[in-house]
Amino acid sequence: MDLFYVLVGTVVFAVGGPVLGCLLAGIDRKVTARMQGRVGPSLLQPYYDVRKLLEKDRVAVNSSEEVYVATALVFTLLAGGIFFSGGNLLLCVFVVTLSALFFIVAAWCTRSPYAEVGASRETLQVMAYEPMVLFMAIGYALGIASMTGFLSFDVRAAFYMPAPVILSNVLVFAGLLFVLTIKLRKSPFDLSYSHHAHQELVKGVTTEMSGRTLAMVEIIHWCENVLFLGWVGLFFIWNSAASILLALAVVAAVYFLEIWIDNNFARVKWQAMLKGAWVVALVAGVVNIGAFVVL
Amino acid sequence: MAFASKSPWVIHYDGSSCNGCDIEVLAALCPGYDVERFGIINTGNPKHADIFLVTGSVNEQNKAVIREIYDQMVEPKVVVACGICACTGGIFHDCYNVLGGVDSVIPVDVYAPGCAVCPENIIDAVVQGVAVLDEKSKALKKKRKEAAL
Ligand code: SF4
Repeated sequence: MDLFYVLVGTVVFAVGGPVLGCLLAGIDRKVTARMQGRVGPSLLQPYYDVRKLLEKDRVAVNSSEEVYVATALVFTLLAGGIFFSGGNLLLCVFVVTLSALFFIVAAWCTRSPYAEVGASRETLQVMAYEPMVLFMAIGYALGIASMTGFLSFDVRAAFYMPAPVILSNVLVFAGLLFVLTIKLRKSPFDLSYSHHAHQELVKGVTTEMSGRTLAMVEIIHWCENVLFLGWVGLFFIWNSAASILLALAVVAAVYFLEIWIDNNFARVKWQAMLKGAWVVALVAGVVNIGAFVVL
Repeated sequence: MAFASKSPWVIHYDGSSCNGCDIEVLAALCPGYDVERFGIINTGNPKHADIFLVTGSVNEQNKAVIREIYDQMVEPKVVVACGICACTGGIFHDCYNVLGGVDSVIPVDVYAPGCAVCPENIIDAVVQGVAVLDEKSKALKKKRKEAAL
């Protein structure tokens, strides 16, 4: 039965994820423009961009690059399906990491020196956020366990709880917010693939990608954003319809905060990112999870 | 409907410009003129760009570079010569190593004269370039359809 839910969830996410993600990206660009004192593009600009990319001629460097990117897209959709159908959070984390790995391989396989720099930076980003993301899943499961008595990574479990998981996971949530900046590809941690003009070695991971492949990369990015914001919202869900509204409000506030950070901080070196993320994971994750074990 | 005109991403290359035109190109991207209103984004990657903005004249040194950037751009693509130097060689036209305007190495679609070319002119030229882009995009679609038959 679980598999059935995941499949239905994946199909629904494959339609809803890109639509929502596209609107989020549009809002991002509009808000960014306002923060910089500009009018900014229309809300649907990200959609126009992708449609334009699909119209471009097909000039792939090799035939495998597009396959890797398409696989990354499929795994992102699957991760979204697992999450939004109420499935296993840990599995969702692993599947979305697999998608990130395929994206890295896609950049490596082109043999372009610029794409390789981007790919190795992307690898560092994955290394930086992964510990905290795993702690997030563990913290969630322990939060559920502290209320029900048994460990469950299931997302749907949150909807049956008497209180939101955030109450016992404040530090884990703070850590998640820190790595969220890396995951959403926002400055100061947009090391591998920046949306801002001219701060990149050509264009990082996507240097050799064009047309349809680049369009898929954009769609992956949209879907990932929706999924990661879903993780944020999950911490505020409990057995009450009002909790969904609260979760949405928190998600909106967090997204605004991320855009604000993006516009106000210059990019850091990868050493600072890696150290920062690991220290945060160590402090936030280990202390919070240690508290569960001790108390 | 072609979407090429809705999201023209540009790449800017400085040939042997005196930097006057370059500053104007960048001014067009700044808040005062904010060309992102029209979906225009400055990319540093020829493979992502639709419009090639060249400033300054062509000389023996940069001939190959301009060719290379043009060749790496993916169809449909448009070239805009920004400033009189890029159009004809301008004030530098009779220098010993200057070959002339951009059209001496690659086909140019829109000429934006001026010394220096003002941001309004650049925006005008890009808007004209966008119309050409749409045509090329439609032609490409037709060609693809024919190839599929
Ligand atoms: S057109 Fe005038 S301002 Fe522009 S590059 Fe030539 S000399 Fe400089």
